[in-house]
Amino acid sequence: MNQNKHTYAVEATNLVKIFGNDRAVDGVSLKVPKGIVYGFLGPNGAGKTTTIRMLATLLKPNEGEASVMGYDLVKDADSVRQSISLTGQFASVDEELSGRENLIFIGRLVGFTRKEAKKRADELLKAFKLEEASKRQVKKYSGGMRRRIDIAASIVTSPDLLFLDEPTTGLDPRSRNQVWDIIRALVKNGTTVFLTTQYLEEADQLADLIGVIDQGKLIAEGTSKELKASIGAGSLTVHFDDMDELEKARVIFAGQLEQSPEADVREISLTVPIKEHAKAAKAIGELANANVQIKDFSMSQPSLDEVFLTLTGKLPESEGGDESNGKS
Amino acid sequence: MANHEERTFEEAITNITRPKKPSAISASATFAWRALLRIRYVPEQLFDVTVFPIIFLLMFTYLFGGAISGSTGEYLDFVLPGILVMTVAMITMYTGLDLNKDIEKGVFDRFRSLPIWRPAVLVGALFVDAVRYLIASTIMITLGYILGFRPEAGFIGVVLGVLLLLFFAFSLSWIWTMLGIIVRTEKALMAMSMMILFPLTFLSSVFVDPTTMPGWLQKFVDINPITFVVDAVRGLVHGTDATNDILMVLYISIGLILIFGPLTMYFFRNKN
Repeated sequence: MNQNKHTYAVEATNLVKIFGNDRAVDGVSLKVPKGIVYGFLGPNGAGKTTTIRMLATLLKPNEGEASVMGYDLVKDADSVRQSISLTGQFASVDEELSGRENLIFIGRLVGFTRKEAKKRADELLKAFKLEEASKRQVKKYSGGMRRRIDIAASIVTSPDLLFLDEPTTGLDPRSRNQVWDIIRALVKNGTTVFLTTQYLEEADQLADLIGVIDQGKLIAEGTSKELKASIGAGSLTVHFDDMDELEKARVIFAGQLEQSPEADVREISLTVPIKEHAKAAKAIGELANANVQIKDFSMSQPSLDEVFLTLTGKLPESEGGDESNGKS
Repeated sequence: MANHEERTFEEAITNITRPKKPSAISASATFAWRALLRIRYVPEQLFDVTVFPIIFLLMFTYLFGGAISGSTGEYLDFVLPGILVMTVAMITMYTGLDLNKDIEKGVFDRFRSLPIWRPAVLVGALFVDAVRYLIASTIMITLGYILGFRPEAGFIGVVLGVLLLLFFAFSLSWIWTMLGIIVRTEKALMAMSMMILFPLTFLSSVFVDPTTMPGWLQKFVDINPITFVVDAVRGLVHGTDATNDILMVLYISIGLILIFGPLTMYFFRNKN
């Protein structure tokens, strides 16, 4: 009833979670519109999992408040649980049981009769291409199959809001693409997806809105394009035939542009970050005026890696480490 | 072909509304069903339920029987109810270990994010644990009978004794469920459980008559809950008057549930 009035799937104000002396989440405020993919991007230990665990009613915030699908996180936790599903970062199904048994088990827990639960399980197994493995214990599944059964267990009934904690960490590219397709299809059918990731490419590919979190604080928020734009227009790369030409160009660039270019000796190229496109065009023009021979040149969009570097002063770690005990 | 696949996929993920949430009983039964399935996949987990009792019974009967009671036959009648209580009390700690494993692996998070009657997670598991205790009791009494154990109160006495023991074990389990939730690692939990269970089971009337012990030890043995359980079960099995012991066991059991049930649920809700 009242949740229809709200346009936001998640509205959080100043959430804080403290573990001992560690402010794992330190004043996070979020607004996630319904029907989008919200990408929560940050390195290990940034507070992603802790935030998700609070929003999924698993942890009580020490400070701040939040509503999920219009229900108060603390006062109306049971209604929140009615509208969400959580796929945790680790096992979110029982590894000792088969895939089919897991889905029947969840089906029974959400209130289906035995018969309905079985029918639903078979439907999902077919859709997620797990029919052949349906009778095998989940612990014998491959990484990609594991992730698919994890997500299938989360949509036994369609949640309004689906939390996915690092859904593709450790997956090979093919399995990762399968998970991405599933997420896109879910959103197309009206589910709001809140996912955490440490992969910049993933946020770039999937998320309509990206929140960047570091050390418990939201340090930037926007669309992929907006985040990239705040860093500058991208970078200009110019290739040369030989090093002499490159050195001439380096002097010209240094005079024309704010930032000094970086040379790649093997490629015989210069790369320089650009604030505005017009300046890049002007710099190229200057090279022609000075008769510097260039092979080719190109402009590239900034990567999210660069975004992160600019925002936090360090690159996000690429490999998943220990994020147990909800202390991420 | 591809189109057809696409369609089943779309159909499978389109709006499936949530049915009414299951009743407390139905949710508990679902968790019990899961625990039974796990036994089917990992029958080894019944190992301690079946092998413990056999080893204990044979070891204590033939190792100490002659020394303590003069003959193994007489000692068997005395010690079997004791070892029965000890074995079942020992197995109760697996309740906590299983729960701890669920938490460590992450599947516990899924349970806690579901809109279900929350104690169902534990009640379902405890119900199946009762089945384990029953298996252990049956094995031990059957083996004892073969070795010459003769309960003087007959079959009814044995059934009543086992029922009382099951109730006590169920109550005792709430200590382990609480510890299973708050203790971080399985090893620490195991060590802690052992530290509680070993003194309780050995410093009791399980193996010998407490009147043979030094006075200071008797004082501990006399207030040890396990002693009450052993004496009550012994009384029921052999038809001697144990009304006071039985009442004490009931008080202790209800007390354990009243204290550790709510504590468990408190930590369950506020788990970090």
